[in-house]
Amino acid sequence: MAIAGRQVKAAGEKSVQWILRTVAFSAMASLLLIAVFILKEGAPFLLRVGPRNFLFFSLWDPQNGCFGVYPMVVASVWVTLGAMLVGAPFGIAGAIFLAEFVPAGVMRVIKPTIELLAGIPSVVYGFIGVMVVAPLVRDHLGGPGLSLLTASVILGVMILPTVISISTDAIMSVPNSYREGALALGATRWQSVHMVILKGARSGIMASLILAMGRAIGETMAVIMVAGNTPRLPHSVLDPVRTLTANIALEMGFATGLHRQALFATGVVLFVIIMILNAVALSVMKRSHAE
Amino acid sequence: MLSRFARCVSGFVGLIFGVVALLGCGGRRTAITLAGSTAFQPFAEKLAEQFMAMHPDISVIVQGGGSAVGIQAALSGTAQIGMADLVTLPPEATALTSLVVARDAIAVVVHPANPIQELTSEQIRDIFSGKIRYWSEVGGPERPITVVSREAGSGTRTSFEAIIGPFALSPVALVQDSNGTIRETVANDPNAVGYLSHGLLNERIKAVGVDGVQCTTENIMSGSYRIVRPIFLLTKGTPGGAVKMFIDYVLSPEGQKLIADSDLIPAKR
Repeated sequence: MAIAGRQVKAAGEKSVQWILRTVAFSAMASLLLIAVFILKEGAPFLLRVGPRNFLFFSLWDPQNGCFGVYPMVVASVWVTLGAMLVGAPFGIAGAIFLAEFVPAGVMRVIKPTIELLAGIPSVVYGFIGVMVVAPLVRDHLGGPGLSLLTASVILGVMILPTVISISTDAIMSVPNSYREGALALGATRWQSVHMVILKGARSGIMASLILAMGRAIGETMAVIMVAGNTPRLPHSVLDPVRTLTANIALEMGFATGLHRQALFATGVVLFVIIMILNAVALSVMKRSHAE
Repeated sequence: MLSRFARCVSGFVGLIFGVVALLGCGGRRTAITLAGSTAFQPFAEKLAEQFMAMHPDISVIVQGGGSAVGIQAALSGTAQIGMADLVTLPPEATALTSLVVARDAIAVVVHPANPIQELTSEQIRDIFSGKIRYWSEVGGPERPITVVSREAGSGTRTSFEAIIGPFALSPVALVQDSNGTIRETVANDPNAVGYLSHGLLNERIKAVGVDGVQCTTENIMSGSYRIVRPIFLLTKGTPGGAVKMFIDYVLSPEGQKLIADSDLIPAKR
C-alpha cells in the first residue's frame, strides 16, 4: 500500500516536472520564433538593398521606393538620450533619497507608489503628453509642440520607476560597514553618499539606466502620440521626429510588398539594438554580483 | 494528491474541448469577411449589423487595416470583400470586380480660433507641399503653419493628394495615423491644418471652404465640393451567394439610406 502510494506520488512529481519544463521551453521557443520570423521577413530586403543603404540613407518615401531609416535611427537615439537626460538625474536622486534619507516606514509607502507609475498604460502617458506637455512646449518654446523634446520628457517620466526601483535596491545592498566606515572617518552624510555609497552601487545603477534605455527605445504608443512622426533628420529639439518603433507601427497597416519587407527590416535594426543593450545590461549586472 | 491533480488536468482538457466546441458551432453559419478602408469601416459595421438582423444565418465580419490591406485581402481570399477609398485603384486591383457603393468628402480643417475661412486648391497644395509656411501668406495671422498629414499608404492621404493635385508632402509635416488623431492634433494646435473624412467633423475643429465652396452635406451631395473620393467594394470574380446578397443589400434603398444617414454620399441617388 505504502509502496504503491509512493509510486503514484513519483509519477505525479514526474508529470509536474514535465509540464513545467514544457512551459519553460515554450517561453524560450517563442523568443526564438520571433527572432527567426523577423529575420526571415526582413533579411531578404536588407540583402537586396544593402544594410549600408538602408541604415545610412536619409529619405523615407515608401510610395516612391525610397527606404532610408537613418532619420529614424537618429531619432530613436536622440529620444532615448533625451529621456535619459530627464529620467536619470531625477531617478538616481530619488533612489538616493529613498535608500538613504527616508525612514523605512515612509519608504514602504513611497516605493510601491513609484512602482505603480510603471503600471500606467503608455497611451495615458501619450495622452498627457498631447494635452499638457505639447501645448506648453508650443506656447513657450515654439515649433509644432509634438517634438523630440516632448517625447523625451514623457519617456523620461516613463522610465523613472525602472531607474528608481533598481537603483534603490542597488544602494540598499551596499553593506552597512561602508556607511559606518565613511562616517567614522569624519565624512558628512552627503560625502559618504557620493564618495562611498554611490561608488559601491555603481554597477547596479548602471544596470538600471541600461534597462531604462531599453524601455525608452522600445516604447511605441506614447511616442507616436507625442513625437509628431516626421521621417526627417531633426535640426533642433523642437523638431518633430519619427522613431524606429513608430515607423513600424504607423505604416504596418498599409504596407504591402517591398514596403512591408522594409518595415520588417526596421524591426531587425530595432531587434539588434535592443539585444545589444540587454547584453550590456546583463554583463554589467553580472559584474555587480561578482564584486 | 493524484486525484486533485487528475481533476485539474481533466478540468483543463474539458475547458479546451468546450471552447473548441463553441468555436465549431459558430462556423456552421455562413460567414463573410470585409476588410480594408478604416474610413468606411464604421459604416460597414452598421450595414453588417442591419444585414445580420435580416439574415440571421449569415454572419458578416468587418475588419480594418486600410485600403491597401483591403485590396490584398480580396486578392488573396482572406476576405471575400475588400474595402478601398481611393480615387484611382492601383494596377493590382484590376483583377478584382470593383463597385462604388458610396462617396466620402475630405474636409480641410483648422483650429476654430484660426480666422481663415476659405482656401483655394492652389493654396492648399502649396501649404501641404511646404511652399507656403506662414498663415499671413494666405491672409491669416503672422504665425507658422503646422501641416498635419496621414501616413504613407493611407487611402485618405492618397485620395487627398490625387485630387488636390500632384505634390510632394512637405518634409516637415507631422504624421498622424488615423482620422481621429488628426482631429485631436488640429483641435489642440492653433497653427495646425489637416484633412479628414467629412463624417468626422465636430465643433472642436473648423472645416475651411475649398475654392469658395463650404464642406457641407448639401454641397457634397450637389457635387460642387471638390474633394470627394469613391468608396469601392472589391470582390474576386463576380460575387455570388452570401457575398452578392450583402452587396445587393448595400446598394438597396435601405442600405443606401443608412449610408446617407451616416453623412456619406450614397452611390445611387
